[in-house]
Amino acid sequence: MSEILAAALVNGLLTGGVYALVALGLTLIYGVLHIVNFAHGALLMVGMFGAWMLATHLGLSPYAAVPVMTLAMFGFGWALYRFVIGRVSRGEDRALLLATLGVSIVLENAALIAFSGDMRQLQTDLTFAVWEMGPLLLSVPRLISFAVAVAMAGLLWALMSRTDTGRAIRAVAREPEGARLMGIRPDRMFALAYGIGVACLGAAACLLLPTFYVSPNVGDTFVLVAFTIVVLGGMGSFPGALIGGLLIGVTESLGGLLLGESLGPICISVVFIAVLLLRPTGLFGAAR
Amino acid sequence: MAEPLLEVRGLAAGYGPFQVLHGIDIEVRVGEIVAVLGANGVGKTTLNRALSGLIPARAGTIMFAGRDITLGRHDAIVRAGLIHVPEGRRVFPDLSVRENLLLGAYLRGRATRDASMERVLGIFPRLRERLRQHAGSLSGGEQQMLAIGRGLMANPTLLILDEPSLGLSPLLTEELFTLITRLHAEGLSILLVEQNVMQSLAIAGRAYVIEHGRVALCGPAASLAEDPRLRAAYLGL
Repeated sequence: MSEILAAALVNGLLTGGVYALVALGLTLIYGVLHIVNFAHGALLMVGMFGAWMLATHLGLSPYAAVPVMTLAMFGFGWALYRFVIGRVSRGEDRALLLATLGVSIVLENAALIAFSGDMRQLQTDLTFAVWEMGPLLLSVPRLISFAVAVAMAGLLWALMSRTDTGRAIRAVAREPEGARLMGIRPDRMFALAYGIGVACLGAAACLLLPTFYVSPNVGDTFVLVAFTIVVLGGMGSFPGALIGGLLIGVTESLGGLLLGESLGPICISVVFIAVLLLRPTGLFGAAR
Repeated sequence: MAEPLLEVRGLAAGYGPFQVLHGIDIEVRVGEIVAVLGANGVGKTTLNRALSGLIPARAGTIMFAGRDITLGRHDAIVRAGLIHVPEGRRVFPDLSVRENLLLGAYLRGRATRDASMERVLGIFPRLRERLRQHAGSLSGGEQQMLAIGRGLMANPTLLILDEPSLGLSPLLTEELFTLITRLHAEGLSILLVEQNVMQSLAIAGRAYVIEHGRVALCGPAASLAEDPRLRAAYLGL
């Protein structure tokens, strides 16, 4: 029994790493900028199709594609905010919400036209690679994505709390007028931060590709979980997104083991509610 | 007479269909404290927002340090050295005091930033004690100090203070006016926008009284303080 539990725990942690990857970009866009980014799942899907095409057309392994897709998705996210979301919304919350929803509908349907609704899986040398650790079998692609999630959380944290750009992004999110008086341009900062958040999805997409199917609605699998993690971890907290992701992964895995496939997902909601009851601002959320 | 630093001619500005300023002429010379007085809603804050490029001028010209900044973007105006400490402080609530100050020097190089930080913390020792605290957790008076400190971090040539005494106790207001005098003595030019008429006139060299978006009275502060028209204009009688 203890071996099964340990396996479920480790698998939960590794899945949680994947969740954290997706949630990290969202905690920047939703947690810091307060943009309810309905396009998050669709943008992940775009990243996954991008990486999939690089692999099938150019033979580039998803791991080698990480820098390419991170940069490409940064550009895509930046342009999307600069020319679509920012223009349409003019900073108004309701309009932002509708703008991101609209973007997601367009992207998903464009993908349906281009790729049809089929699920595709990319087979790589690593897809079924496992690493034996005592009695435990660890999926190598998941281990890699776990490690990258930890590194990415650290990088984002450093960027946001240790650089002028990061401080300026946090400043415009709460006090755009004060920021303008310091010579900071809020429109630029929003586009930049949105781009960085989407860039995280580019990296996440590459790392998911070896173990997940790609289809135009693949984002749906992750997006609700990602929002849960962002709130659970504390809005805008990168360590929070990481730990929150791991907690949700483990909860899901242990819940499934103990309560079965159908009742298991309840555990996520129970943990979510319990955490918010004890800490209304989330695990790492700053008290307001 | 010192050379003009800020020259505003015929400035008009407003929001949407509402014209607030109808042709304002104001001048600040190097090393002056100039007070801009007036009751609520006469356009003082609109004037400041137009000067710092937050809203566009609809007519007129704004010359600053010999350059035409009428159509300048807010960041270019900050870079030129015109710094506006806004009404309501507008500090960044979830950033620490230190981070707020650092962002004051956002457009400046890192090289001179530490020296400015030391200078500002010398002026406001209370901020030094609170460097790691979130700005949102400070008291109103401390937030006002932070807002002024953040403005000083930009190394201003002209500092616009918009209603700095708003919401402060009489004791803190006294402290604030002493501080403004001290900054002036160190060579800073200041445009002081206030409702606190007598205290402002006591430290200013010249003053303008604004009424319905126009300059109703102007002149040396000392003579304005005794002008019966001041009271009339101020109370809108």
